[in-house]
Amino acid sequence: MSVVRSASLLVSAAYQRRRRVVNAGMLSITGLLTLLALAPLFWIVGYVIARGGRSLNLAFFTQLPRPLGMDGGGVLHAIEGTLLLALLASAFAIPPGLLAALYAARHPNTPLGVALRFATDVLSGVPSIVIGLFGYALIVRPQGHFSALAGGAALALIMVPTVTRTTEEMLKLVPHSLREASLALGAPEWKTSLSVVLPAALNGILTGVLLGIARAAGETAPLLFTALGNERFEAVQILTGAIQGRQGIGQILNRLFEQPVDSLPLTLWKYAQQPYPERINQAWAVALVLMILVLVLNITARVWIATRARRLRG
Amino acid sequence: MTILAAVVAIGLMLWNESGVARATFGLRFLIPSLQSAWDPVNDRYQAWAFIYGTLITSGIAIALAVPVGVGVAVFLAELCPPWLHTSLDWLVELLAAIPSVVYGLWGIFVFLPVVVEPVGKLLESSLGRVPLLSLLFAGPMPASGSSRLAAGLILSIMILPTIAAVTRDIFRAIPDAQREASLALGATRWETIWRALIPYGTSGILGAVILGLGRALGETMAVTMVIGNSIESSPSLLRPGYTMSSVIANEFAEAVSKMHTQVLVEVGLILFVMTLLLNALARLLVWRVARRSTMEVRA
Amino acid sequence: MRVPVNRSESANAASPTPQTKIQVKDLAVAYGSFRAVAEVNLEIPETAITAIIGPSGCGKSTLLRTFNRMTDLVAGARVTGEVTLDGADIYAPTVDVVDVRRRVGMVFQRPNPFPKSIFDNVAYGPRLYGVSRRAALAEIVEHSLRKAALWDEVRDKLHTSAPALSGGQQQRLCIARALAVEPEVILMDEPCSALDPIATLKIEDLMRSLAVTYTIVIVTHNMQQAARVSDITAMMMLGEDRKTGTIIEVGDTKSIFTGPKDKRTEDYVTGRFG
Repeated sequence: MSVVRSASLLVSAAYQRRRRVVNAGMLSITGLLTLLALAPLFWIVGYVIARGGRSLNLAFFTQLPRPLGMDGGGVLHAIEGTLLLALLASAFAIPPGLLAALYAARHPNTPLGVALRFATDVLSGVPSIVIGLFGYALIVRPQGHFSALAGGAALALIMVPTVTRTTEEMLKLVPHSLREASLALGAPEWKTSLSVVLPAALNGILTGVLLGIARAAGETAPLLFTALGNERFEAVQILTGAIQGRQGIGQILNRLFEQPVDSLPLTLWKYAQQPYPERINQAWAVALVLMILVLVLNITARVWIATRARRLRG
Repeated sequence: MTILAAVVAIGLMLWNESGVARATFGLRFLIPSLQSAWDPVNDRYQAWAFIYGTLITSGIAIALAVPVGVGVAVFLAELCPPWLHTSLDWLVELLAAIPSVVYGLWGIFVFLPVVVEPVGKLLESSLGRVPLLSLLFAGPMPASGSSRLAAGLILSIMILPTIAAVTRDIFRAIPDAQREASLALGATRWETIWRALIPYGTSGILGAVILGLGRALGETMAVTMVIGNSIESSPSLLRPGYTMSSVIANEFAEAVSKMHTQVLVEVGLILFVMTLLLNALARLLVWRVARRSTMEVRA
Repeated sequence: MRVPVNRSESANAASPTPQTKIQVKDLAVAYGSFRAVAEVNLEIPETAITAIIGPSGCGKSTLLRTFNRMTDLVAGARVTGEVTLDGADIYAPTVDVVDVRRRVGMVFQRPNPFPKSIFDNVAYGPRLYGVSRRAALAEIVEHSLRKAALWDEVRDKLHTSAPALSGGQQQRLCIARALAVEPEVILMDEPCSALDPIATLKIEDLMRSLAVTYTIVIVTHNMQQAARVSDITAMMMLGEDRKTGTIIEVGDTKSIFTGPKDKRTEDYVTGRFG
């Protein structure tokens, strides 16, 4: 008895050919789309390098802005501002972020663990401008003035989800055997976490912080109503002036943190809107510096993550 | 101690609302209505213009970023040769790392003249003549190119990495058994992707799209820099517009009257609620696909 | 009590020696530098059940997958030698892989229905070939489900979710799905290993009824199953290097199990190891 064939599935060679053509076509299109998607990346980066590079010089990094109409000047205030804000934001963001990550990684299925992860996700989705409003309501209005402190707090809120999520991922990569060995030796839970798991994941935590800073450093909106911007801010001057005037630590900190402060993105935003060519040129230079900062932080962090993951997988 | 962290996160949201609640009293009629009236001098406010602006720019962004993003995800997850994987994944994610203001700067001086203006002219002369569509494509586009279209296009570039990365992860989570089943029946790779994998991951892909949408809604700086920031009565894409986040960014620092301030905060509240809901929905959908892939076959 | 029927005896009485459906010559499969399978020579007769048995890890599945070129899907896989289907080498450069896979269907170890309805699962294949009219699809779906002995159980719930079926039903659904594209050969990779004994027996009965029309090749680590169900048995084992698998003996099932020629086969089928 031979094989029975029903007529319903007889297919023409032409139909088969069409299927092959559609297959090849659609698959190529996805490749093209990928190229299309990456094109803006190269375009933007390339253009910023070309246009911004033209206006970079030493003065750019070491001087405060000159009044309009005068040549030269730099964005020292913005650089210092960005560093200061990054410092403050990290100080505010790392402790809760770490703790949350530690807890969520260790107890992923408890109500609190789930709530933490949910809260982190929600926080990461809040528009940055809303965070700015929040910072304004929480710190600026009660204090009555704009400040780096408020800006740092707002940026911290932006940083926390990144820090938490990355740290949690890296903690999960730490092999159980390490943790179990410590527990088997009789160490209590929290001590195990702190002295065994944490150092092993330190690299990972650092990458989380780096990525968090990268994100926070690039944000403008939260600073619009918190740090506001200050073209005369100059940390070194404040410090030297304070030392000369024998001011107390409290006063120094006050002068550093309680003033409005500029940041690179804020400066970029302001300069981009001004109709003066020298400001526009400086805007491009700021864009270049900012982009390099963000990209370097990002790439470093990701390289770390990749090697760490590879090393742990063994 | 860790409870602090959780409380901070949640408390933030609650506080925000309460801070805004003060704005709400007396201003119920902000949300509906189509009349655009934003008059700080006389304290007459109507938020529709901004809601429309936010929605239309995000709409354009989604319309463009979803096909491209899914296409990129398909390439990365299914077709990319192994040695190219890591680098391409990186590059796509790097696109997301570029700060919003840089996008804006590039937008104003490069993208607008080079891309948006020609495209705008083309659309105006073609679709702008078609009867119904002309509502959306009527000109004239401002000489600078600042328009809702510009904002939508830049937004699409900015949310593309989100959609692509999440969708790519969805595809990678689909068990190989599904691909084998389809291919063993004599399907081509594309047919397998289109008829088996995408249907399998639909809710996850939807989640990715919603995540992207959430990002688009909240995006401030780049949009503000290219949208023109004016309240327009015409709904056209080619005209300048204003979004919720832009108006807050532009006006909050200088808002003098209490009403003005509170109104702006209320706009912030609307934005907040929208993104909150979208985010929750997105996470739910993505989670559902992940769960399905790990469900065992009942013996 | 089930009595294994040796089909080749009765078949011989009625028809001449069955034709060779698939011929394997000097087949070797390597993944990168690792040789999984080597020096395989085998003839699969048509409309019969051929079983490939052997200890786990010796390359049985790999060998099976060369018959429908599923090995192509593994990055770095290289297949050398010849696998001919009705005389034509399926690895020739001009061959359309898609067509090979239609003619040589496959059922996997764990049932893998699509998360669609039962109807859409079975209709998946025909739709690829342009069958779109409701009536035509319904006819094919019913036909295939009947052949897979599943029709009566699901006729009233064709549009319900396929993954909601029991394991045994899912596997029969996968068989129906494979049948819907009218293959000539059906490959089965340990099809019953994820199923309970009752479901297993149902599938074995199904195999025998299908073998009247289709050529069936089954890989199984269950010797009793091979003895019950197959006409021809091929014994596969790791070679001297303990890394590469190869066929060490082929013969009709009865003689393999009662009087194998190779000592290793004898050791395996008598349970001395494996």
